[in-house]
Amino acid sequence: MKQTPQPLWLKTFTRQIQHGDVIFRALTILASLIILATFVAIGFELWQNTTLAREKFGLSFLTSDEWDPVQQQFGALPTIYGTLQTSLFALLLALPLGLGIAIFLAELAPTWLRAPLGYVVELLAAVPSVVYGLWGLYVYLPNFVKPTAQFLNGTFGFLPLFEGPVYGPSRFAASLILTIMILPTISALCRDVLLAIPNTQREAALALGATKWEMISQVLIPYGLSGILGTAILGLGRALGETIAVTMVIGNNRDLSPSILHPGYTMASIIANEFAEATEEIYLQALIEVGLVLFFITLALNVLARLLVWSVARRTPSELRA
Amino acid sequence: MKSLTNSRRHFRRRKLTNAVMLVLCALATLAAILPLVWILAYVAQEGGRFLSVEFFTQLPTPVGVPGGGVLNAIVGSAMVVAIAIVIAVPISIVAAIYAAEHPNTPLGIALRFGTDVLSGIPSIVMGIFAYTIIVLPQKHFSALSGGIALAIIMTPIVLRSTEEMLKLVPRSLREGSLALGASEWKTMWQVLLPAALNGIVTGMMLGIARVAGEAAPMIFTAFGNPFLSADLDQPIATLPHTIYVYAISPYKDWHAKAWTTALVLIVLVLGLNIIARAFTAWQLKKMGWR
Repeated sequence: MKQTPQPLWLKTFTRQIQHGDVIFRALTILASLIILATFVAIGFELWQNTTLAREKFGLSFLTSDEWDPVQQQFGALPTIYGTLQTSLFALLLALPLGLGIAIFLAELAPTWLRAPLGYVVELLAAVPSVVYGLWGLYVYLPNFVKPTAQFLNGTFGFLPLFEGPVYGPSRFAASLILTIMILPTISALCRDVLLAIPNTQREAALALGATKWEMISQVLIPYGLSGILGTAILGLGRALGETIAVTMVIGNNRDLSPSILHPGYTMASIIANEFAEATEEIYLQALIEVGLVLFFITLALNVLARLLVWSVARRTPSELRA
Repeated sequence: MKSLTNSRRHFRRRKLTNAVMLVLCALATLAAILPLVWILAYVAQEGGRFLSVEFFTQLPTPVGVPGGGVLNAIVGSAMVVAIAIVIAVPISIVAAIYAAEHPNTPLGIALRFGTDVLSGIPSIVMGIFAYTIIVLPQKHFSALSGGIALAIIMTPIVLRSTEEMLKLVPRSLREGSLALGASEWKTMWQVLLPAALNGIVTGMMLGIARVAGEAAPMIFTAFGNPFLSADLDQPIATLPHTIYVYAISPYKDWHAKAWTTALVLIVLVLGLNIIARAFTAWQLKKMGWR
């Protein structure tokens, strides 16, 4: 009896099935797809569960400052303003500080000190948000934030940004606690950017007679600028979404006032604070819609930031620094 | 002559700028360490006052009644974190294998980019998501929904650290295994994953440390429960949420309990973190990397 030879593709296929490679690969692809699908599902679910609110308020949800659960009128402008004000102010303080730390850790500190010191700074990121809130509310606020706020109000009180009266809890308090919270993110990523810059750049600058600071400010920082920018945006994204610590120190006030020294709300903190009160569907949907806006903003910022950071990493392979 | 003094002055100014800026950089580092020390010292001091064995073994007492503990929150935190581990770790590791093996296929790029972006989405959004898919249809809060929210937060951390560790395994190991006739998945399962195991464990510990401290998603999902519960389908107390509730309450003795709970949580979270990092450092040293 003559056997017909199996075609080659069938042979390869059966061999792979027997060894389990196809199943294994299918499994890895499936897991990857589940993770990506979850991501899409987050956006879809938030969109789906805000249908009523989106139909009722439309775009005025973003531009109205009226947040009145009794009248069922909801506008998110004060919370968007609060989020942007606190996050940008925190970034304004944290970026130079974080860059300074990165420079110290990557360029200045003695070699034996770099790893432990970098590690201690990163521990700041490991402290839970709620512990920051607790410490912020009972220690940081009365001992540091309030005196600083009173000084700012006394000196620059004529500016709308620093208008009184000064209470304890305020958007200023939230900004100052956010500064500490995003500092480790910014310093660690800036350090990575600096470390990715090839040593030839440093040597060339020093050989031309630059001082160390001139090397840093005129060569390294311009070279890594897009990476530093990406880092700043990532830090901003982190600040925008920070919830519990901010909720505890910001004072939870719906008014739209320009002064940073006044109590306010951020998008994340209004959700956390008012969620338990939202018994009516439209109220609940308005809160979820605030979450939807927050999702899209952080999504856009993170995509932008990652593209920037990735572009730097691709341009300069880290092996160049040896 | 004049130009010489000018250039000397110029040189002195450059050196001065240099010194000032370098000192400022060192001060910035100090400014970051200061709050860390301040927080840790304060939590240890305030939290230590109330610390006792009962704090770990008893349920909370009503306001004004002395004693009581946070046993319910300790059990609850362990529950939701365990749910998160069970869901997130297998999927993350299997997906990390794909990301490490095929980093430049469209799916590989999408996965790596997607998880990077996912790690930047606020945890409160994950809480709302878990709320809409589980709590809303079921009409009650549950430990399960809390665990799912935490699983989504944990996934990028475990995935990226597993991927990094798999990439660090020397090519020669893989080639040796394949040359001996082992199939791809056997090579992965019996050679590469064991070689990367320690790094994967580190990633898991960092992930656990991160999600164990999350309070925001718990507001919409696990919600809190004054009684001892181990039911997946019922509301459950967690340590971070307990701190939040105690801290914003108007009662002095609840504030004291908030500090002690914070001490427990911070020892747990920072402890996990320090062990994980020390473990990696030791491991890399042993393997000859720095």
